[in-house]
Amino acid sequence: MNKPSILVVGAGIFGLWQAFSLARAGYRVRLIEAGCDPFARSSSRWAGAMIAPECEAEGAPHSVRDLGREGLRLWRDTYPGIMSNGTLVVAHARDAGDLARFANMTEGHVAVAGPRIADLEPSLAGRFERGLYFESEAHVDAQKAMSWLVDQLRLLGVDISFETLWKGTSEDVVIDCRGIGAHEDLPSLRGVRGERVLIRTSEVSLSRPVRLLHPRQPIYVVPQGDGRFVVGATVIEREDVGPISLRSALDLLGSAYALHPAFGEASVLEMGAGVRPAFSDNVPRIIVEDGGHLIRVNGAYRHGFLLAPVLARAVADYLSDNRREGPLFAAP
Amino acid sequence: MNVRDQSLHAGRALSVYGETISSRLLLGTAGYPSPAILTSAVKASGAEIVTVSLRREAAGGKAGERFLDIIKDLGVRVLPNTAGCRTPGEAIATAQMARELFGTDWIKLEVIGNDDTLQPDVFGLVEAAGTLSRDGFKVLPYTTEDLSVAERLQRAGCQVIMPWGAPIGSGRGLANVHALTSLRAYFPDVTLIIDAGIGAPSHAALAMELGYDAVLLNTAVAKAADPVKMAAAFASAIQSGRLGYEAGLIPPRDMAVPSTPVAGTPFFDLD
Repeated sequence: MNKPSILVVGAGIFGLWQAFSLARAGYRVRLIEAGCDPFARSSSRWAGAMIAPECEAEGAPHSVRDLGREGLRLWRDTYPGIMSNGTLVVAHARDAGDLARFANMTEGHVAVAGPRIADLEPSLAGRFERGLYFESEAHVDAQKAMSWLVDQLRLLGVDISFETLWKGTSEDVVIDCRGIGAHEDLPSLRGVRGERVLIRTSEVSLSRPVRLLHPRQPIYVVPQGDGRFVVGATVIEREDVGPISLRSALDLLGSAYALHPAFGEASVLEMGAGVRPAFSDNVPRIIVEDGGHLIRVNGAYRHGFLLAPVLARAVADYLSDNRREGPLFAAP
Repeated sequence: MNVRDQSLHAGRALSVYGETISSRLLLGTAGYPSPAILTSAVKASGAEIVTVSLRREAAGGKAGERFLDIIKDLGVRVLPNTAGCRTPGEAIATAQMARELFGTDWIKLEVIGNDDTLQPDVFGLVEAAGTLSRDGFKVLPYTTEDLSVAERLQRAGCQVIMPWGAPIGSGRGLANVHALTSLRAYFPDVTLIIDAGIGAPSHAALAMELGYDAVLLNTAVAKAADPVKMAAAFASAIQSGRLGYEAGLIPPRDMAVPSTPVAGTPFFDLD
């Protein structure tokens, strides 16, 4: 029997991984995207792109952590650009309680004191007395990883059209990966605003994502090479893609400055906001409709990069064996 | 407060601007791991009133936001708050937006004076409370345990006063039990709700034993390892504390007093 032909709608991190995994499995795949490139309109371009299943367990259910561990493995097996330097979590002395809570909610970490922190991140020497080191975790540069996936798709012969809207199809199966763009078709989907800032400085260097805990505005700072750092991210229950608020900019940049005063001299390259698509439990889903002709993959929340490969594999498995099992196929 | 005074309160239900509320736990809706967990926690808490931050979470007041639908679907009364406002003007504008959006004239009034401790600016608070009360709002002000400020708030039209236990999110419990006790004694007929600073169910139970009418909390539940279970824990602590208050606590003594006469027992320390 011939494999069904596939149309993937949306070239965010979910759509790119879906197209990649199916093309690699020998399906004929077409990918369309409303924006002018995979980054222009996708909330994925705003991602910190940490592949951090352990740290995310601080606020996510165990199912996300378990799927995320699988996601980490798939990224490592697939993407040569992955940076496997772990994650460092630190807090100022007055926020020691937040560090203790973080440690209680997560696994896979070792407690690190000042000298070990200095060893891991020389830029932070003398600044923090206590932290947690999650050795197994990794991160990618969001834009480089997405570009790499686009290049792979082209090598695999996937037909990619940008600035193209989804209006009917000749393919056998449509995989809808539009994120918040699918809101009208998925009424239980909500938007969660996330703001972040991209800065550049040569005065601080980090080898891995650093999370600075704070009771009100915890941040992460992710090194992306060439002295660039992503500082993120707010989590606001609003479906609003408008520009970053002054308050959020203050909070994010103030926290970066508190992580290291040398960030005070960094150039601000870009500030902005994206809207993360989420279901009510913040766990993504694969929703099969129309007798299997329409598959919606959505609800990435904060875990798009972490879980995209797992969702892609689950859809590929479903297409080959028709089975829908596990948390990803549960009703949202 | 003597036993006779206390009997005035015994069995009296929580009253918020004339409305009788049976649960004495008011729950905040910020910072939960997910809306699904928030929904379950509210259910487990038995709370009939939830607070919502308009400025940040529901800001813009755009109808049709999914998070607002989730709040409305909880089927409980919404008490919008002015969290994050730093001036009376901001708080008043936010209150007006909230009235429009939620169709309620209740407002939890916060005017923050210090970004670090989130301490209320009591001067701005009294000013905003007066303006809002005259505009028909039913104001529930978040204040300190200061007696004179509470008096000014009452004079400004507030029928409910909400002193902090400790700074917002600090989880330190009742930092000044003495002042909170005298506040209760000074305002026997005003609805007093402890707002903020609660970390453990025992803190909430203590507030109820002091005779407070209710407790409002958020972080202690939202950031617990299991928010749903913690919501249930607070519900039963608050019930126990209230029951203890109504039953009339024995006054503490400076020394242990045996409950049975000691006559006839031998002396132990004669050698």
